[in-house]
Amino acid sequence: MNSVLDTAPTIKIQAKNVTVFYGEKQALDDVNIDIEDRSVTAFIGPSGCGKSTFLRCFNRMNDVIPNCRVEGSLVMGEVDINNPQVDPVLLRARIGMVFQKPNPFPKTIFENVAYGLRIHGLAQNRGELDDMVEDSLKKAGLWTEVADRLQDHATGLSGGQQQRLCIARAIAVGPDVLLMDEPCSALDPIATSVIEELISELQQRFTILIVTHSMQQAARVSQKTAYFHLGTLVEYGDTKEVFTRPQNEQTEAYISGKIG
Amino acid sequence: MDPQKHISSAFDQDLTILNDSLQQLGQLACQQFEAAIDGLAMQSQEKLDAIIKGDAALDALEAEIHEKAIEVITIRSPRAQDLRHVLVALKVATILERMGDYARNIANRTKVIMAAGNDNIPGVNIGQMGQVTREMVRDAMLSYKNQDASLALEVWRRDIEVDHMHTTFYKEVLASMSRNPKMVATGAHLLFIAKNIERIGDYATGIAEQVHFLVEGAIPDKDRPKADKTSKIAGT
Repeated sequence: MNSVLDTAPTIKIQAKNVTVFYGEKQALDDVNIDIEDRSVTAFIGPSGCGKSTFLRCFNRMNDVIPNCRVEGSLVMGEVDINNPQVDPVLLRARIGMVFQKPNPFPKTIFENVAYGLRIHGLAQNRGELDDMVEDSLKKAGLWTEVADRLQDHATGLSGGQQQRLCIARAIAVGPDVLLMDEPCSALDPIATSVIEELISELQQRFTILIVTHSMQQAARVSQKTAYFHLGTLVEYGDTKEVFTRPQNEQTEAYISGKIG
Repeated sequence: MDPQKHISSAFDQDLTILNDSLQQLGQLACQQFEAAIDGLAMQSQEKLDAIIKGDAALDALEAEIHEKAIEVITIRSPRAQDLRHVLVALKVATILERMGDYARNIANRTKVIMAAGNDNIPGVNIGQMGQVTREMVRDAMLSYKNQDASLALEVWRRDIEVDHMHTTFYKEVLASMSRNPKMVATGAHLLFIAKNIERIGDYATGIAEQVHFLVEGAIPDKDRPKADKTSKIAGT
């Protein structure tokens, strides 16, 4: 009995009855999903299906969109992320985000990673700050490429390196969860492979939610896949099953390239 | 938009080509096998030569299907039922090509039996075994054409009939060989011919399993009924 309990996946975040409106327009309808801890969950679906809207619910990024209203709850531990009393700034340190286009600060490579550590007061002194920057860059798989040029401008890095820098910046402040919104869509196939490999490594430490338009990427990097269509969660299950034996005809049609 | 069609019409065309080629190969394999059974019954030299010569066409078509399947996997990245479609085409093409090899082998052995001029061939009904097996092969390919998992299951269950007939035939030929030592060479070829037919029956069930996988996403979950006891027969 104990072995069964030991191997059962731990739920990191429980989304219950999540409904989102942009003004009068409903973007998400009653989404219920359990996100497993230290795993990669992919959100897929055609443009406008609500997958990015749902992703943004996890770190309250929808708060910055005028007229956006999020109903329901997203419970992490004993805290409802959607509770207005939760400070979104502190929340976003625990739930980091990487965007479609690499967006490093117009600062040095070092400062990009050190910035969040400073504003959250996570380093006691310069030596500790240096160590934490190095550790984050190592975890993001970038250290060996930038160790001797930390004071160079971040925008001089390649697109793939910039994206890994953004990942280093996100993980520097010690999050539990990483949200990735099409993190490879602006990258070439080699840089994409490097990021995908990194996602597999990061999954040992973080819970990762990724929005992607690439079916193959979703199949390669995730353990769970959720298919959205017109604001509804159509199917959610093990990635292997969703891509080989989807239970829903709409999912089958989408992953087979029969609806856009 | 037709929900059955891909947004990319070229993808649909690729799958159609794969499907048509496999059915063509199935038709050729059935013809070769049926000709081998008829050739054995009629001892027709012309028919047997045509089978031996015709086997190359099956080999070539199997190679074409493999090439097309690899192309579809590489270019289209098929998923779910599309992927099963391609995988099944690959596997069934190999099975059909092997069926053709067995048909050719039956033809070669029949020619040796004919050359031996042994009129005293055991009077057992190998034709009936061939008839049941050819029906299984036809139905297996029909189940593929119509994506009919029920018919596939019927074929899958029917193999036991061929197994029973094979066991009976084996015993009868063995008895005949014991009675008449001059029959040993012919009898040995007959045993191999019967075994080839029995293997083709197995292949028909293999195709049926693939059709079930194609339609249902899983091969039949029960053990296939089997009754071939020839490996346990010590003597007459």
